[in-house]
Amino acid sequence: MYRYTENDQKIIEERVAQFRGQTERYLAGELANEEFLPLRLQNGLYIQRLAPMLRIAVPYGLLNSAQFRKLAHVARHFDKGYCHFTTRQNIQFNWPQLEEVPDILAELAQVQMHAVQTSGNCIRNITSDQYAGVAGDEIEDPRPWCEILRQWSTFHPEFAYLPRKFKIAVSGSESDRAAILVHDIGLQLVRNEADELGFKVLVGGGLGRTPVIGSVIREFLPWQHILGYLDAIVRVYNRYGNRDNKYKARIKILVRAWTPEVFAEKVEKEWAHIMDGPCTLTQGEVDRVKQHFTLPAYETLDAASTDAALAAQAADNKAFAKWLERNTLPHRVSGYSIVNLSLKPTGVAPGDVTDTQLETIADLADRYSFGEIRATHNQNLVLADVRKSELFELWQQAKVAGFATPNIGTLTDLICCPGGDFCSLANAKSIPVAEAIQRRFDDMDYVYDLGDLTLNISGCMNACGHHHVGNIGILGVDKKGAEFYQVQLGGTADNGAALGNVLGPSFGQEEIPDIIGKILDVYVANRQGDELFIDTYRRIGLNPFKESVYAKDH
Amino acid sequence: MPKIINKGQIVEDKWTILPKNFSGEPPAGTLLILPMKFWLEHKDDIRLPVIGVWIDSDEEVEAIGEDANLFPLIAVNFPSFTDGRGFSIGRLLRERYEFTGQLRAIGNPNRDQLFYLKRCGFDAFDLKEGANLEAALASLNDFSITYQNAADQSDPLFRRKEE
Repeated sequence: MYRYTENDQKIIEERVAQFRGQTERYLAGELANEEFLPLRLQNGLYIQRLAPMLRIAVPYGLLNSAQFRKLAHVARHFDKGYCHFTTRQNIQFNWPQLEEVPDILAELAQVQMHAVQTSGNCIRNITSDQYAGVAGDEIEDPRPWCEILRQWSTFHPEFAYLPRKFKIAVSGSESDRAAILVHDIGLQLVRNEADELGFKVLVGGGLGRTPVIGSVIREFLPWQHILGYLDAIVRVYNRYGNRDNKYKARIKILVRAWTPEVFAEKVEKEWAHIMDGPCTLTQGEVDRVKQHFTLPAYETLDAASTDAALAAQAADNKAFAKWLERNTLPHRVSGYSIVNLSLKPTGVAPGDVTDTQLETIADLADRYSFGEIRATHNQNLVLADVRKSELFELWQQAKVAGFATPNIGTLTDLICCPGGDFCSLANAKSIPVAEAIQRRFDDMDYVYDLGDLTLNISGCMNACGHHHVGNIGILGVDKKGAEFYQVQLGGTADNGAALGNVLGPSFGQEEIPDIIGKILDVYVANRQGDELFIDTYRRIGLNPFKESVYAKDH
Repeated sequence: MPKIINKGQIVEDKWTILPKNFSGEPPAGTLLILPMKFWLEHKDDIRLPVIGVWIDSDEEVEAIGEDANLFPLIAVNFPSFTDGRGFSIGRLLRERYEFTGQLRAIGNPNRDQLFYLKRCGFDAFDLKEGANLEAALASLNDFSITYQNAADQSDPLFRRKEE
C-alpha cells in the first residue's frame, strides 16, 4: 500500500492548517456561510439533519490496521462510537462537532488520511476494484494508477470550482468491479496488439437524477498520456459544462448535448496542445509508485493438503461451509483466499461499524492478512490475503465480532444510503426499509436458493445507494410530504452495466417487503435451472413482475 | 483610490474597468480596462496608447489568443466565486498564449482562492469590497508543495529535482 513521502505528508499537514484557519474565521464571523460552504465541502464536511457529517477519503478503498485504530479513536472521542462505510469506498462520521473537525483532520493526518475533496464541485476520491492485485482476471494492477491520479487530482488548481462534482473510477481487470460505466470518467486498463499498456477512456456515465451509461471516447490511450488527457477532458468540462442549473451540470449532460463524438473531438483538440508536455508520465515515476504495491510476502503453501483440510472442516460444519461459499473468493496465489467481512447483519444499518469492531478488524487484518483492509462499494470490508489454513479460525473470530453473516452477494447484502435518518437531501428513510427486508427474508436457505442478487436502496434521486444499477432498485420519493418508494428492476453494475426499469406506481414503506416477496415469487416461478434473477428478468421482461405486483387481490 | 493585491503587495489601483455593455468613446486621460467584446469590435480604431482588456467567464479566451501580449494587463471576471471557468482562462493565457503582463482576477474572487489563482497564472487580485487584504496575503502561500505543473510551475512534482 502507498506510503506518504515527506512531501505528501507536508501537503496534508498544510491542508489541516489551512482548514483550521478557515474554520476559525467562520466561527469568528469573518467568513460568510456561502463562502465557507465550498471550503468545508472540499474537506468532506456537510451540515446534516442532526449534526455535521464528515466524510473521510479512502483512496481507492485501501486501508491499513493503524488507520483502522485511528478511526476507532476518532469514533470514540469525537463521535458516538461508530462510523459508516459508504458506497464510494469512503467513511462517514455522523456526529462530529464543527469546532473539532480540524482536530479530527490532524489526528487522521498522523496515519496518512484526510478528507480532501470528498465533497464539493471538484474531482472526488478515485475509486477502484476492491480485489485489485489479488483478482485472477487482472490485466494490470489499478492501484498504482489510482495513486498517480490521486496526486494529480489533489488540490488541482484549475479544477476546484467545476460546474458539479466529478467522479473517476479505474478498473484493471476483465470483469468490471468498479462500475466504470456509471462514472464521470471511467478508465479501463487495457493492452493493445503490441502488448503495450494504456487506458480505454469513457466519459459521461453517472447515476443521480439522470442516469446515463458512459461512452467510450478513446479506445486506447498510451499510459504516458493519462494525466494530460484527463486535464483536457476536465478543462473542456470546466469551460463548457452547464453552470446555470445544478441538475444539468454534470458532464453527462454536456456529453449528451454535444454527442460523444463531438465531445471527443473537443477533447482531442485540447489534448493536442498538452500532449507530450511536462505532465507526460515517466517510467521512473510509475516505478516509484509501483514499488508501494508489490506483492506481500506470500508463503509457498501446500495447496493440496490445505484444500483437503478445508474440505474436511467444511464437511463438519455447515455454517462454515456456507460462509466459505458466499464470503470467500479464490485468490490468484495458491493456498490463499480473499475474505469478505459482511457489514450487513440484520438490525445494523448497512455499512455501520463500531469503534471496538474497528479495532477487532485491525487485529484480524494484522493477524491474518498482512495488516491491510479494503472497503468495497457494496459497503463491506475485504481481507484480501488470508491463508486457507487459517480461514476456519478467522471465521470463528469474525462470527463473534459480527462480521461473518454469510450473505455476500445475496438479497440481504443490500446496498443502502444513510437516507432520511441522517441525510438532509433525502426524500425518504432507507435504513428501516433495508432492515424490514432483511427481517422478512431471514430464512437463509431461501436466500441462498435465490442466488446472486443485488438490491440497492437510495433515499432520493441523488442515488448514493445506486438504485439504478441494482437487480432490484428501491428509490425513496416524496409525494405531497409523505415518504413513498419506487421499485425498479433489471439494473446491473458489473460488466455491461444496465439501468433498471421502473416497475410502476410507488408504494408505502410497510408494503415494500411484500412487494419484494411478490417479485421474488415471479422469479422463482419462471427461472430455468440455475438462472440468476437478472437473467430471468432479461428473458421474461418487466410485465410478469408488474402483473403480479399490481394484480388486484382475489 | 481602491486597493488591490499585486505581486504579493497591497497597492493602489490606477485602472478603471469599463462595463461589459460599454459603447461610445472611451474616456481619455485614464488607464482603461475595456471589455473584450468592445476591443474586438473596435481594435482597428482604438487610439489609446495603453489599454487593458477584461474577459468574462463565459467568453472565449481564444478570441484574444496570440494578441494577448499587446496588453500590459488582462483581467478575468469571476461573476461568482463558485464560477471556476476563470481558472482555465488564466492558465490558457499564461501557458498557451504566453501572456507576460499583469493577469488580474476581478469580480468576486475570495481569499481562499488566492493560492489556486496564483497557480493558474494570476498575479493581481481585486477582492470584494471590504476584504482584509493584509490577512489575505497569507493565503497566497497556503501550500509550500504542489503536485501538478501549472502556470507557476513548469514541472509536476515527479519531474522536479530534489530540492
